[in-house]
Amino acid sequence: MNWTWFHKFASPPHAYRLLGTLRPWLFWPAVVLMLWAVYNGLFVAPTDYQQGDSFRIMYVHVPSASLSLMVYSMMAIAAGIGIIWRMKLAHAVAAGCAVIGAWFTVLALVTGAIWGKPMWGAWWAWDPRLTSELILLFLYLGYMALRASYDDVQRADRASGILAVVGIVNVPIVKYSVQWWNSLHQGSSLSLTGSSAIDPSMLPPLLAMMVGFLLFFGAILCDRVRAEILTRERNAGWLSEAA
Amino acid sequence: MSRVTDAPGLWPLASRVLGRELTLAGRHWDQVAQPLLFFVIVVTLFPLATSPDLAQLRQIAPGVVWVAAMLSSLLALESLFRPDVEDGTMEQWVLSEQPLAWMLLMKTAAHWLVSGLPLVILSPLLGTGLGVPVSAWPVLMASLALGTAALSVLGAIGAALTVGVRRGNVLLALLVLPLEVPVLIFGARAVSLGMTGEAVAGPLNLLAAILILAVSLGPMAMAAAIRIGVES
Repeated sequence: MNWTWFHKFASPPHAYRLLGTLRPWLFWPAVVLMLWAVYNGLFVAPTDYQQGDSFRIMYVHVPSASLSLMVYSMMAIAAGIGIIWRMKLAHAVAAGCAVIGAWFTVLALVTGAIWGKPMWGAWWAWDPRLTSELILLFLYLGYMALRASYDDVQRADRASGILAVVGIVNVPIVKYSVQWWNSLHQGSSLSLTGSSAIDPSMLPPLLAMMVGFLLFFGAILCDRVRAEILTRERNAGWLSEAA
Repeated sequence: MSRVTDAPGLWPLASRVLGRELTLAGRHWDQVAQPLLFFVIVVTLFPLATSPDLAQLRQIAPGVVWVAAMLSSLLALESLFRPDVEDGTMEQWVLSEQPLAWMLLMKTAAHWLVSGLPLVILSPLLGTGLGVPVSAWPVLMASLALGTAALSVLGAIGAALTVGVRRGNVLLALLVLPLEVPVLIFGARAVSLGMTGEAVAGPLNLLAAILILAVSLGPMAMAAAIRIGVES
């Protein structure tokens, strides 16, 4: 197999250009999907028989919670690739993932609290799902703190990369906490293989929102990785030629 | 450069590292005693802060002992790798042709012997003060023995990662505590089950599983982190 494309992608100038071209193709579909999903989720989808109108926060809560885990996994995989193949771009991707992932985690926790108040009668419960999501946030913060405490970018990359890889043990704990322990948090309503435990009329906006969030994450990641490349390559020749 | 031909095997190497660490600990026994004293003092604070009533203390006893054990293990970690990195010993270890991961694991084991094991031995005394019945002593000691060993290995990864950072101790807590949460949960759970006379095999098995996982994969992460820490 020819790996030239892979090595080519790892070269900063090429990646910088490629990500710049990719970004609008991710960003504008994301905006369209999210607007469509917001309209359909808030005005078209029927009221839930049990939860009334407050279930509608699901359209923000579920995508952000699932992305908080997905982004962490991606960060850990990117960090692992960076450590194993000494690829600087992979570390830049991991660094870009951290901040976005942390914000998705915060968003999941905040929308969860707002949803929990009318449903459970409490903003917060020391429940496995909630607690492990909070720990996920601490892992993101620890990753960022460790990065920030090294002056040398290369050492920061590798040290924080090891932490990201070690911390991935928490991802299955968050994901399956609802099944492993008796949890106040409801089980998963979505399923890729079987039938979903959610009414078909409520489903399309949720799926659209999830895809929209994913594309939005991709677009923001493009921006952040480009910014990372600019910081790291600030003394490189190709930048002054491109400018 | 000539290769070292009389390289020791794994076990002689282990006994050399253990011997060195224990000798050093014996010479600085005051530093070794500090985390232990800290453990005792933290546990003492709870009856003063909440209520001296034994019935109430008994309810929070598993959590109190476990949180105190975790904090004391965190405190002891600061001196795990830092002195050796500062005086250049660690550099020699990295440069030597011996398996670094194995040496670091043995170093961590020695660290557990002087910081974790005394805590396990002391725990029934403190537990009794908090109203833990004698029947729950074996569970308390078993959970702490498995748990503090796992805390030592997980903490050593964090200590290795922060060894190259100047003021690393607050950062160390931020990195290590989230990773250690499962140990805390299962350890305290085992003790509270043991106090009511229920089956404790589940959480103890999980603690043992965490320990085995940490011991088998942790040293590689430690070695990678130490290599980053000593190069500068």
